[in-house]
Amino acid sequence: MSQSTLAPDSTATTPPRGRIAARFAALKQEGRGALMPFLEAYDPDPATSLAILRGMPGAGADLIEIGVPFSDPMADGPTVQLAGQRALKAGGTVAGALAMVRDFRRGDDETPIILMGYVNPFMSYGIERFCVDAAASGVDGLIVVDVPPEEADVLAPAAAQGLDLIRLVAPTTDEKRLPVVLNGASGFIYYVAIAGITGTRSAEASALAEAIPRLRKHTDLPIAIGFGVRTPQQAAEAATIADGAVVASALIDTLARSLDEQGRARPDTVRRVLDQVRELAEAVRARG
Amino acid sequence: MNQPLINSLRQGPDARGRFGQFGGRYVAETLMPLLLEVEQAYESAKNDAAFMAEWRRLLKDYVGRPSPLWLCERLTEHFRALAASPELGAKIYFKREELNHTGAHKINAVLGQILLARRMGRSRILAETGAGQHGVATATACALFGLKCVVYMGATDVERQAPNVFRMKLLGAEVVSVTAGAGTLKDAMNEALRDWTANIHDTYYCIGTVAGPHPYPQMVRDFQCVVGVETRQQILAMEGRLPDALVCAVGGGSSAMGLFHPFLDDKEVALWGVEAAGRGMDTLEHAASLNRGRPGVLHGNLTYLLQDQHGQIKEAHSISAGLDYPGIGPEHSWLHETGRATYVGATDDEALEAFQLCSKLEGIIPALESAHGLAQVMKMAPTMPRDSIIVLNLSGRGDKDIFTVAKHLGETL
Repeated sequence: MSQSTLAPDSTATTPPRGRIAARFAALKQEGRGALMPFLEAYDPDPATSLAILRGMPGAGADLIEIGVPFSDPMADGPTVQLAGQRALKAGGTVAGALAMVRDFRRGDDETPIILMGYVNPFMSYGIERFCVDAAASGVDGLIVVDVPPEEADVLAPAAAQGLDLIRLVAPTTDEKRLPVVLNGASGFIYYVAIAGITGTRSAEASALAEAIPRLRKHTDLPIAIGFGVRTPQQAAEAATIADGAVVASALIDTLARSLDEQGRARPDTVRRVLDQVRELAEAVRARG
Repeated sequence: MNQPLINSLRQGPDARGRFGQFGGRYVAETLMPLLLEVEQAYESAKNDAAFMAEWRRLLKDYVGRPSPLWLCERLTEHFRALAASPELGAKIYFKREELNHTGAHKINAVLGQILLARRMGRSRILAETGAGQHGVATATACALFGLKCVVYMGATDVERQAPNVFRMKLLGAEVVSVTAGAGTLKDAMNEALRDWTANIHDTYYCIGTVAGPHPYPQMVRDFQCVVGVETRQQILAMEGRLPDALVCAVGGGSSAMGLFHPFLDDKEVALWGVEAAGRGMDTLEHAASLNRGRPGVLHGNLTYLLQDQHGQIKEAHSISAGLDYPGIGPEHSWLHETGRATYVGATDDEALEAFQLCSKLEGIIPALESAHGLAQVMKMAPTMPRDSIIVLNLSGRGDKDIFTVAKHLGETL
């Protein structure tokens, strides 16, 4: 019996390299920054989060970050923690997040998708197998919050699968450490705007205007700003100072407010989240 | 090739903070520069004679060290009476860590870390606590040095350890009740890490056990090694030889690591770690990370964890709040995989029985954590030769547990 008939042919199903690079290059041509909204896979249920994901490009998302739920998200504030708990209750897993990406890719082969999560669920899935399946599902990049450059060898299989490894740079990362963090980074750099956890406070535009040029001296990769980017105005500022803005907690707050008393989606949940994405996108584009 | 030291088991961790594959620094970038700073500060402090002298002065005059090594004559006789033959029944010693100021071994590493925090210029101290012993120890040291202290404690534990919550408040600490997750030690540690991430400039996180990102597993172990070093000197003076077995309960594993480490290269000394088996290791309610978990990453280190098939961390269960943790220090994971130490379990019921036996026969009310260790001694002692020696780390006193125990025995206080 032929053993390979059911095995995915990785050379045929691996996406073309560099959806992320292509998107940032195109936006540079347009002369504007990127809007990168975030959603937690399976929050509050698989169908609603897939509908939000599918609607995001039409609402103006340039790239999309999908959070993979974890029981102990130590870099996240209450908003993302609760999103993770709702997602886990709805059966959220690594495999479920990958299935969402495959569904999304049937209708969209261009919008870059970045998975963001903590290493333990990936490790439990098997890092090698996860990277193969992620690439085959149409994932373009990974942000693994609790894997600093010092532990990056655990993610070595990602590069072999053509997945971009997006590194976090924080306000605490000094000049001496920057080269260590940037070594091995690809796709873009995620600048953590505040020394703190997600969804708690916002950075001053002046602090960002100082930090981003400092970072640019060390890298040619595009830079996106996340943590504390909430309003259309903040997103527009961040996307102007850097090359993109990540908005997460503000969107999750909108989703959470739209749920009924039992935490279930209401008929207007998807629309309310996508309307907010549209407002953010309009502001980012107006600045461009 | 390195020459003589290669055979020592006491060399870990390596430069990446690993014991074999375990340990490391799995944290967000925001914390990483801070961990490097802690590591540097600790390396410099431990080689500074004045720093170490100050720590030892505090241990002697404030904590009351050395803690005695007590020959438990009545327990020894009790086990001999239960033995199958007159040749059996080991001699039992307690390392009396429960006599320390604040009532447990925790203060040893807390004082070292608080001195380090002062050296680093930090004025605000964080701690997580389960049973409350580490929280009380940290609040105590902060009172002594005039530092602000914030203790994160799971809401479930706040309820079952009310006396310790009040102690911490008396000592001037702010106790934050954590409702995330199941409201136990794991969730308290998440919150403490989040606070630290948001307050890096003035804050030091005083971790209570040999877990967390490097350098904590090494640093807390080094400070706790005072337990094993004293035990070694004391048993040599009293018996003229090393013990046959060391026994200690393990949650995160700081009391066990402190006792075991100075003996790691003495192959004739058997090391027994006792995990909380809760309602039974083959039920869903236990805290036996080594016996029933598998390796994964939580709280900054790779170690054995209780987790489901998808890599989500499971809640632990134990009658003892101090053992109610789904992970364990990475060096224990390494000692488990290499076989140098043996990890077994004791159930809630076995610990309760040991708790009462110890109180009645030795006049010592042990912490429920330590009672898990004694439960293992109860199993081993009657089967070991009469001339063999067991040392149990009596890591804490049980005053804090009397309400829990009374409830389980059906008594109303």
